[in-house]
Amino acid sequence: MPLELFLDLYSQPCRSVYIFAKRNNIKFDFKKISLFGGEQYAEEFGKINMIRKAPAMRDVDFCLAESIAIMTYLSEKFQTPDHWYPADIHKRARVNEYLSWQHTAIRLQGAKVFWLRLLIPKMLGEEVPKEKMAAALEDLDGSLKLIEEKFLEEKPFIAGDEISLADLVAIVEIMQPVGSGLNVFEGRPKLSAWRDRVRAAIGPELFDETHQIVLNAQEWVNTMDGSTVQAYKPKILRLFM
Amino acid sequence: MPLELYLDLFSQPCRSVYIFAKKNNIPFDFKKISLMEGDHYGEDFGKVNMMRKVPAMRDGEFCLAESVAMMIYMVEKFKTPDYWYPADLHKRARVNEYLSWQHMSIRMHGSKMFWVKVLIPKIMGREVPQEKRDAAIEDLDESLKWLEEKFLQDGPFIAGDHISLADLVAIVEVYQPVGAGVDVFEGRPKLSAWRDRVRQEIGPELFDEAHQGIMGAIEVVKTLDSSKMQAFRPRIQKMFF
Repeated sequence: MPLELFLDLYSQPCRSVYIFAKRNNIKFDFKKISLFGGEQYAEEFGKINMIRKAPAMRDVDFCLAESIAIMTYLSEKFQTPDHWYPADIHKRARVNEYLSWQHTAIRLQGAKVFWLRLLIPKMLGEEVPKEKMAAALEDLDGSLKLIEEKFLEEKPFIAGDEISLADLVAIVEIMQPVGSGLNVFEGRPKLSAWRDRVRAAIGPELFDETHQIVLNAQEWVNTMDGSTVQAYKPKILRLFM
Repeated sequence: MPLELYLDLFSQPCRSVYIFAKKNNIPFDFKKISLMEGDHYGEDFGKVNMMRKVPAMRDGEFCLAESVAMMIYMVEKFKTPDYWYPADLHKRARVNEYLSWQHMSIRMHGSKMFWVKVLIPKIMGREVPQEKRDAAIEDLDESLKWLEEKFLQDGPFIAGDHISLADLVAIVEVYQPVGAGVDVFEGRPKLSAWRDRVRQEIGPELFDEAHQGIMGAIEVVKTLDSSKMQAFRPRIQKMFF
């Protein structure tokens, strides 16, 4: 029985897991979970992950949440090429350093810009104060700057010469604000060049296919039924506004 | 030349690194960084960690930030007992799952309590609005609920029968709101029992010593000159008022 991966490709960590599994030819059942449709609240999904978040994995009777835990599990179980999560102590430390830092440094900021620019006004019908938007953009800028100056420096990839989980986790988060119509790569040649290398290393077809949904967000948001999301409006506003 | 660990024990991730190194008899130079006094803006420290955050580590020429990355590095380098970061695929996945989840949940909400109850009133000269205080408590409550119901369940520890990095990282975060005067253990017998076990495994003397600073934080903050902390005002204003 193959692995089951419960994914919604609107979600950044779902994209990294999807890309990682596909790139490494890991057989899995794609279990689509529509977050905006509230499918994470279905009874069955609660048995996979009681916190009701995606991505989630079920490997026979072993259930696991958190994209980083899932990918390191897959890398170990399927003995994926070393560069993804290098055995070398220093390279691995660099990857771990990024994977830890990114949660509150880029993931939060990228998600915030996506919600403030697109979903909160368009799906929740709530106006976003100018200064909140400006602050969010400033924070995102600061994080992107750190990615360039501290994590990339002059290297082709975060851990060195080859792509790793760090670059994969980074790229999916950086693409989120792009989905809201913000071209974060403009005026950032170093980041753009790194993006091109990451896309090439993943495979342009797989990269583009995975990001198609979020990159079309500005269109589908107009046709989306946001009624389920409305129920979570207070929590969303609390987190992002 | 021994490891250098740059630490401020008011900071949760500094406490986990400190406890881990001491418990495993890893020789290190304790480089005290006082965040409240702005030591992290010193020129030398900037060379260790340009992001100017603690904890930070320097091992010969190799510098590393992020407590989780540092502890995994030490696990590997000093071959600490297996239970801290088990080699077993499933147990390790459980530890990684917690280490990933905790950034945006217990760490974020526990830290926030300390700011809301102790630092902000001192710096701004007034309390955070009631609804924001209530929201902060609600968020912390939810995180503690998941810690008990999803991560601990009926186990003595998060990964099973033995303490691991997950429990260590959890306990230092759970203690932050305690230092702010919020008794998170009251009315939570499961959490209290787990805390007792963790404290026992770490060693009560080491545990208490590491937490002495945060447990006396309210008194220390009273003595601080708030005029020296005005650099925090704009951010606090943006986030809480």
